[in-house]
Amino acid sequence: MPERELRDAVAAGVLAAEAGHRELLQSIVEVARAIFGARASSIFLLDEEADELVFEAVAGEGAESLIGRRLPSSTGIAGWVLVTRQPLVLADVEQDPRFARDVAEATGYVPKSLMAVPLLHEEEVLGVLQVLDRPQKERFSLSEMDLLGLFANQAAIALDLLGRARRARAVIEGTSALGAVAHLAATLDALPTERREAGLALLVQLDHVLGP
Amino acid sequence: MGAEHDEEELPAWSLPTSAVEGIAIPPTWPERVDREWAFGDSTGKRVRVAIVDSGVERGHPLVGEVEQAVVVSGAQGEEPTVDDDEQGDACGHGTACAGIVRSLAPECTLVSVRVLGSGWTGSGRLLVAGLRWAIEQGVEVVNMSLSTTKRELAAVLHELADTAYFNRTLLVASAHNMPVESFPWRFSSVLSVGSHELTDPLVYFYNPAPPVEFFARGLEVDVPWLGGTSVRSTGNSFATPHITGICALIRSKHPELTPFQVKSVLHLTANNIRGTHA
Repeated sequence: MPERELRDAVAAGVLAAEAGHRELLQSIVEVARAIFGARASSIFLLDEEADELVFEAVAGEGAESLIGRRLPSSTGIAGWVLVTRQPLVLADVEQDPRFARDVAEATGYVPKSLMAVPLLHEEEVLGVLQVLDRPQKERFSLSEMDLLGLFANQAAIALDLLGRARRARAVIEGTSALGAVAHLAATLDALPTERREAGLALLVQLDHVLGP
Repeated sequence: MGAEHDEEELPAWSLPTSAVEGIAIPPTWPERVDREWAFGDSTGKRVRVAIVDSGVERGHPLVGEVEQAVVVSGAQGEEPTVDDDEQGDACGHGTACAGIVRSLAPECTLVSVRVLGSGWTGSGRLLVAGLRWAIEQGVEVVNMSLSTTKRELAAVLHELADTAYFNRTLLVASAHNMPVESFPWRFSSVLSVGSHELTDPLVYFYNPAPPVEFFARGLEVDVPWLGGTSVRSTGNSFATPHITGICALIRSKHPELTPFQVKSVLHLTANNIRGTHA
């Protein structure tokens, strides 16, 4: 991990960053669901080591039960979108049993329509964003496709941040000296104002004593 | 493939004056290239179209016969292998693309090259191997409704795209509708396709501001899907097989045309140039 990333990670209080990024992802699926007037929206993260897709954020239908569930990374709609880097919009889905089973695994229920778009950050594909059961009264348009792409960009940035926070945490947890510093930062952060300020003053003095 | 020239006798690297007569284009080209000349009455007969995708479902009534189906697989670090594919379609998308091509070129020969379903890791490698296999078979048209963002694959894909171009295999690839660098659609030896919002499958536009070169029907297209069903679909990945189908028609009627010439014909017959279906 580059030095800059490590410094940023410690400075941001890595132990708290992950929760913040998860909130950001959750907010993205909730806004996507609201803007499209959809029944549900979800974000999958690609777990490269396990070669699987993991539900990372869900809004609407399935929100309670799907987080953390895993899917194969190269089959079904989400797998196709992930591997091909191409967005896909399906409507008037007929109830073929195999298709129904595949999408139910990837959504928690069988939707009548779904949009799926890859989450791309630089060269990497980080996951997939899905929006399910947008009202089908109006014809779909290419401007909606563009809107989906904009949400995908935002979600990709959030997923990238989440990934960085997790990698930084892993590094820090694996290094006792850094771990102690990060733990101290987190402890300090959680203190009531008065004690936190006292603690910070102490650290400033420590820096004076140890510094050049 | 029915080329009008004996390729052995054509000058390859330079053009001596004595050979000029030999490369005269026969006067079968009309003064004005129109759709009637380009693909009127064509059915796609004798043209092989490879669908490099998630596989194609056998026996789907909207797809008809698939002459050959192969799957590309191989663990990380191993050379990918190409074997007969019994599984069919890992997603539904390849079946959809095959159905669109079939609807435009009813007598073309379909070949399914499945590069999906063996895991995400190494999928870029399988994509490259699948494309290479299709080019080695000498198919006339390859439909690639997919892309990769991996820079390390760009060089090998570029080489393959050029090999195809000079071997008279047309690569038709989906463009990205998002501002990302991806391949192979950005290469100039490939026909790249984006979507328009019209409903006529034979309406296509030439884009005077590439890299996306052509726009075809990609919005709310009714396509075959898994289990003999169908679905209404949107995306550049469905616009692409429309251009693939039209290329199959052109190549069936004019097997002698090079990819450069097919592109020119598409340009001359596009709806925004002098098309007859505007």
